[in-house]
Amino acid sequence: MKKPKEVIVVGGGLAGLSCAMRLAELGIKVKIVSVTKVKRSHSVCAQGGINAAMDLSGEGDSPLIHAYDTIKGGDFLANQPPILEMCLSGPKIIYMMDRFGCTFNRTLEGNLDFRRFGGTLYNRTAFCGASTGQQLLYSLDEQVRRYEVKGLVEKFENHEFMRLVVDEEGVSRGIIYMDLFNMKLDVLKADAVVIATGGPGLIFKKATTSTFCTGAANGRLYMQGMKYANGEFIQIHPTAIQGEDKSRLMSESARGEGGRVYVMGDSSKTITNADGKTMSCGTTGKPWYFLEELYPAFGNLVPRDIASREILRICEMGMGINGQSQVYLDVSFLPEEKKQKLESILEIYQKFTGEDPRKVPMRIFPAVHYSMGGAWVDWPASDDPDRWTRYRQMTNITGCFNVGESDYQYHGANRLGANSLLSCIFGGLVTGNEVPRYLSDLNSSCDETSSAIFESALKVEVDFKKDLLARNGTENVFALHDELADSMVKYVTVKRNNKDLLQTLDKIKELKERYKNISLADRSQFANQTFTFANQFKSMLKLSEVITKGAFCRDEFRGSHFKPEFPNRDDEKFLKTTIATYDAKNDEPIISYESVDMRYLKPVLRDYTQAKKVKPKLENIPTNIELPL
Amino acid sequence: MDNTFILKVYRGHPGNQYFEEFELELRPFANVISSLMQIQKNPVNSKGEKVEPIAFESGCLEEVCGSCSMLVNGFPRQACTALIETLINETKTRVITLAPFSKFPLVRDLIVDRSRMFENLKKVHAWIDADGSYDKGPGPKISPENQELMYALSKCMTCGCCVEACPQINERSKFIGPQIIAQVQLFNANPTGKLQEAVRLKPLMGEGGLGDCGNAQNCVRVCPKGIPLTDAIAAIGRQITKQAFKDLF
Repeated sequence: MKKPKEVIVVGGGLAGLSCAMRLAELGIKVKIVSVTKVKRSHSVCAQGGINAAMDLSGEGDSPLIHAYDTIKGGDFLANQPPILEMCLSGPKIIYMMDRFGCTFNRTLEGNLDFRRFGGTLYNRTAFCGASTGQQLLYSLDEQVRRYEVKGLVEKFENHEFMRLVVDEEGVSRGIIYMDLFNMKLDVLKADAVVIATGGPGLIFKKATTSTFCTGAANGRLYMQGMKYANGEFIQIHPTAIQGEDKSRLMSESARGEGGRVYVMGDSSKTITNADGKTMSCGTTGKPWYFLEELYPAFGNLVPRDIASREILRICEMGMGINGQSQVYLDVSFLPEEKKQKLESILEIYQKFTGEDPRKVPMRIFPAVHYSMGGAWVDWPASDDPDRWTRYRQMTNITGCFNVGESDYQYHGANRLGANSLLSCIFGGLVTGNEVPRYLSDLNSSCDETSSAIFESALKVEVDFKKDLLARNGTENVFALHDELADSMVKYVTVKRNNKDLLQTLDKIKELKERYKNISLADRSQFANQTFTFANQFKSMLKLSEVITKGAFCRDEFRGSHFKPEFPNRDDEKFLKTTIATYDAKNDEPIISYESVDMRYLKPVLRDYTQAKKVKPKLENIPTNIELPL
Repeated sequence: MDNTFILKVYRGHPGNQYFEEFELELRPFANVISSLMQIQKNPVNSKGEKVEPIAFESGCLEEVCGSCSMLVNGFPRQACTALIETLINETKTRVITLAPFSKFPLVRDLIVDRSRMFENLKKVHAWIDADGSYDKGPGPKISPENQELMYALSKCMTCGCCVEACPQINERSKFIGPQIIAQVQLFNANPTGKLQEAVRLKPLMGEGGLGDCGNAQNCVRVCPKGIPLTDAIAAIGRQITKQAFKDLF
């Protein structure tokens, strides 16, 4: 009998686990490689909820409206076919997770409860208190553990992906990985590799991300020739607690449950809203709920990019709390049962600040939260003639798939709240279906690949390890990280301008030089975290360049990318996906563009001042869509 | 000095552990993890010697991932929520002691291997036996009260604080630990999960099972998520009694 084909899934968050689960269900042997226990993956940090247009309260919501909101929320930069299928799958995904025992909040009748989130007028967000990501991840972790017991899944936890092994024909044949306890580098063979390693938030350090989110896997693949798309689109979450070690998220659900953002008013100042109307900045001495005044229709639930920009604008006018970069987010007036639904995050606020948000308003400021950009992946639409000869979620490297926050596919220029959990699970299931199809089309096996291919790939990593450990300079890699993060947060977040972006590119070049001159305070061969981070930092520098150069080249204002020098969306020039490829000779990204697939909906103005529930008309919807569940 | 404090860390490799002190600047809202990150940037101990930075686990830094468990002043907890100023005020001393958990194999410095807890999840069938990931409509109806109970139990991060605090977990006992018992209650409370109730109770009925609990109640005192562990132990005790009765006939 022929040996069954094997697949490596790198990363064990929602995307990695849903992919692994589906693969195992289809009888494929899966090896999960993760830098931590998969149950500790960053998905646990998602708080507010997961979107699905189930319309359980008769608001007239539908998956098509969900798709419309997502496309518009992303400022038309996302390809539309994957979004449509994701939104159509939403309700089925919620039911699947419900059957897995995910602890969704309930109505009195025992049905699923929904809350409202940003960028929509419908209650379409299912939730588990204020730790929805954690609960969804645990349910998938449990299902994957079942397959582990059955022998279909093998976990390599505390192991890190270092390099993809590619044969002479450019086909993926496995990976080089490192044991994070004994630091040993080794070969793991497979016929397909799925990367589900999350976002690169740690580049900014003071982000809402976990310490695992270095983006290193994608950075390494980018250096190996993988295309990276829309890197400059980094979501800034409007409400986070600023901290020394990271920024901590205060979920959008705080506003979804009725929480209000304000500063103290100042009648002597005026402000102009999106319609060009000038108004007074509230009344001196009284709370001024500026989002409600500026956006009467969506109020505190405008999309995240808009809320972040307005908070920054108010603070730059000197109206932040005590003139500082902080505004109030108040939930203290909410009824007890609403506070109960927010318990997890109110606890976090109290534990880290010592103040009780049930009694006093929280002090918050925007922070880096999510990367809309990521690995470029393919998506043949269901009515494309070549639908069954191409593979969804596959990168430009044959046999190497990419999914979750680490791909670029579902959110365009700005992600709507509670769409990330959906995109991760949906993408994971899709990948779990596409990989077996790829395997059955593949008429060779990694066992036939010459051992020289694996040996030379291993040697690259062994040599780099030796090089890093031998460096004997004066720089500390953790201190370099702080410098990188300072520049990135200052110049490549809410507001960007070309002069600063150029300066940041110079700064990154300088850091790359100084990186050559580091010296590791730890040269041991056991659980050496200094080495691990120094190795990751190389990738982080490369991705920083991708993000910053992408931002520099895009002279317009779209979604999360705000450049006051170019205050309008420029569809003619920039309604295009940014593609970064690595130029190894000059060690820098080459930026090019490709067109966006807008087959269902033509771009309209992205306006959030009106409260019209539109029945969007999506055109050319295929009739042969096959959802992954 | 007024604006500094001492981190006294019990560090080292298996068979070679020792205390090492670091004097650090006291910054507003600093916590144990941010302090360990300061050491990474300047790994010099109180004697002025350059040393290897402390190895430690961390993840979300928001107390939802369970990575950064350690003993802080002898108390098992998540290090990310251990605020330095609060600790100083509580103990009236500027020395904060860190140590790795003692009930798990040491890896290095503050890192221990907690795989055992995850293996135990396999033993008690800690999942719902769903018929796969294809569309089969909604799950069972669940009352808000039952959801509240399951949500409370399901917040368990497998951090190991309860295992560390439990006096019944030691070299002479095979006690499976409080965290596992609460997980059994979680899955048995789910209407679908209840169908396999007996499979989960069996492993808790013999040696190392529920009978080994000594009722010290340390677990519920240290749980960072406030999981009602002792209630879970009582509830599972009742389920086991019923099950034992059923097994007789």
